[in-house]
Formats: sequence, structure tokens, C-alpha cells
Amino acid sequence: MQQANQTILEFKNAARTYGSGHTTVHALKPTSLSIGKSELVAVMGPSGSGKSTMLALAGALDDPTEGQVLIDGNDLAAMKPRRIAELRRRTIGYVFQEFNLMPGLTALENVALPLELDGQPLRKSRELAMEALGNVNIESLANRFPDNLSGGEQQRVAIARAFIGSRNLLLADEPTGSLDTQTGEVVMQLLRKQCDEGGSVVLVTHNPGHAAWADRVIFIKDGEIVDESKTELAD
Amino acid sequence: MSIPNTILALLAEKPAHGYALKTRFENSTAEAWPLNVGQVYSTLGRLERDGLVQPKSNKDDDQIWKITAAGRKALNNWFQTPVLNSPPSRNELAIKILIAVTAQRRDISDIIQRQRTATMEQLQRYTRHKKDATSEHELPWLLALDALIFRAEAEIRWLDLCEARVKREMK
Repeated sequence: MQQANQTILEFKNAARTYGSGHTTVHALKPTSLSIGKSELVAVMGPSGSGKSTMLALAGALDDPTEGQVLIDGNDLAAMKPRRIAELRRRTIGYVFQEFNLMPGLTALENVALPLELDGQPLRKSRELAMEALGNVNIESLANRFPDNLSGGEQQRVAIARAFIGSRNLLLADEPTGSLDTQTGEVVMQLLRKQCDEGGSVVLVTHNPGHAAWADRVIFIKDGEIVDESKTELAD
Repeated sequence: MSIPNTILALLAEKPAHGYALKTRFENSTAEAWPLNVGQVYSTLGRLERDGLVQPKSNKDDDQIWKITAAGRKALNNWFQTPVLNSPPSRNELAIKILIAVTAQRRDISDIIQRQRTATMEQLQRYTRHKKDATSEHELPWLLALDALIFRAEAEIRWLDLCEARVKREMK
């Protein structure tokens, strides 16, 4: 069910621990946060601070050991695995440092794949994929294979795939990590544009310059949020 | 920052009134370094004394200034000489963190985080200006923003490193 406040992702005291007794590791201490539609939120913190755990919970790739995670108003704990898989397929896109494109498929086929797997007709899937490639300004590269694309172009394909169809929440783990400064900035501009047009992005990054494209930057340390910075522009 | 050389550079482009120099200076540096008009006039006075600029006419009020041959030579010399901060300019943040470490303050981590958040907010503002920059903005505006962005980024990276080193020492 859609919430009135336009929240796409919500953590309610969500925590993740591993092991038990003396060996318990609190990867993420009880955390509450909400990410709105059209919001770009960056998460920064040292290695091992809990960033990736947070992203895994946000993407329904892992379950909290305490508390709740809600995606688009749906409490994941109350959902059957099949419904969660469907939610993941239809709502969430992932972008990683490695572009994770299928080498045997063209850019267009890579972008259309999630829709085809979801049972959408081939023609419709390809139409939407072409539109998504247009949104990241690379429709002219639609028929190229990943081997014939630069790193920046491959990451654009991955972003197009992450926002295909009804997907409106993108979880990005160091998406600019293997790109040079200028290409990384182009990728950040695209993520910003996707958010300005209604998408939401949670971005994990070590790069302060790229985090600065976010509306909010969450600082995480030893499994908990320690601070948050916001953009407030003077007129 | 060298105000005299910047004024020489603007006058080398074309002669100008004092106030016009202030406006042109601020436009070409993304208004990141505001300049007091009084500073412009006092600098023009010193440059005239050194023979680097001269009044274009003999009118006392609303004087138009132009660069002299000696001024062009001095300006060229400035452009050809690399800028090195040696000794580095006093950096209050670095001093504050070093003193906090020396004094073994228990709140060092909070001090670093508070600074990191503040610098990040500044970085977000610069980045937002860059995002909103249109083709009407001139190249100098974007380059000045990039300079501010890189400096803020470097500060955050330095704070990250400080925190990691302090944590390792405390273990």
C-alpha cells in the first residue's frame, strides 16, 4: 500500500546482527530512517561501518534480525518470498562498481531483460528499454555488446536497466568506483536527473564529491548513523 | 590571492573604472572571493605609484585606468611563475585538529564529525550551484566552483584519514 507521505523506503528500528553470544557482530544497530520519492541519499562511512548491510536490507537481499524494513509501504517481514522476489524485480534496481552486464546480450537486451523475465511481451520490453537508454543519452549504442562500450557507457546501461519499467528505487554501491573523475561526474548527474524526475536513489560511496550530489548524506560508523548533512540553498 | 595582479589582468583586457573592475573580478571568480571597492581603489593607487597602471584621462572623478608597458611585463611574469604555498597559509582547521590530538581530547571524534558534516553541506551547496549552472554562466564560474569543490573534497578526505589514524593510535 502506498503511503501518503511519499516514502519509498523506510527502516523502523531495523538491525542486523551476525553470530550469537560472545561472537555477536552488530553489523547494523537499530536504525530508523525514511527515504522519500525523488530523493537522492548518500551513505558514507569507513569500511566495515555497516553501509553494505544497510543496502542489503534496503534491497530485500537480507532480512533484519530486529525491526522492520518497508519498501513502498510493504512490510517485507509480512510478505511471502515470491512476493518479495516480485517486489525486487518490479521496484528495485541495483548498480554496482562492476557493471554486471550480460556479455552475450546487447545494451538494449540487457536493459530489457528484467521486463522479459517478468513476463512482459518482448516488443513492449524492448520499447521501454529503448526509452530507458534514451533517458541516459545512449540510445545510439543500443545494439552494441558490453565489450564494445567504455566503462562510463556500461554504467549508463546499468542505470537504464535499474530504472526500467516501474522500477523507482535504485540502490547503488560505489557506482563510480571504477570510473575516472569526469565520467564519474556524468554518472552522478544522471542519478541526480533520475531523482529529479521522480526516482529515488540510495548511494553508498567513499567519494565525497559524488556524495555531494545527494539531497542528504548519512554518515554511518560502527553500525549506526552518527550524523546527516542536508542541502539547503540560500536564495 | 593576488589582487594587484588580478586587477592588472583585467586592465590588460581593457581599460576600466574602479567599480567596473570590482564587478568584473567577482564575475570571473564565481563571486567566491568578494572584493571591497575600497580595496580596488587603494590597490590602483599602489599600482600607479609603481608605474604599472596610469589614468587614461586627467579627469579626477570617475577615473578610467589603463595598464602600462611595465604593468604588462609584471603581469606576464606573474602568469609564468607557478604558485606555491610555501610556507603553507595558516589553516585553522588543521591547527584545531592537531591541538585536539595533542591535548588528547576525548571528543576528537565528535569534533571531526561535526567538521565533516559542515564541510559536506558546503560541498553539497557548491555541487547544487554546479548542477544549476546554465550555458549563461561563463567557464570561469564553473572552474571557480570546481576549485571550491576540490578543496572541500580534500578537506573531507583529510578528516577521514585523521579519524582512521586517531582510531588506530587509540587501540
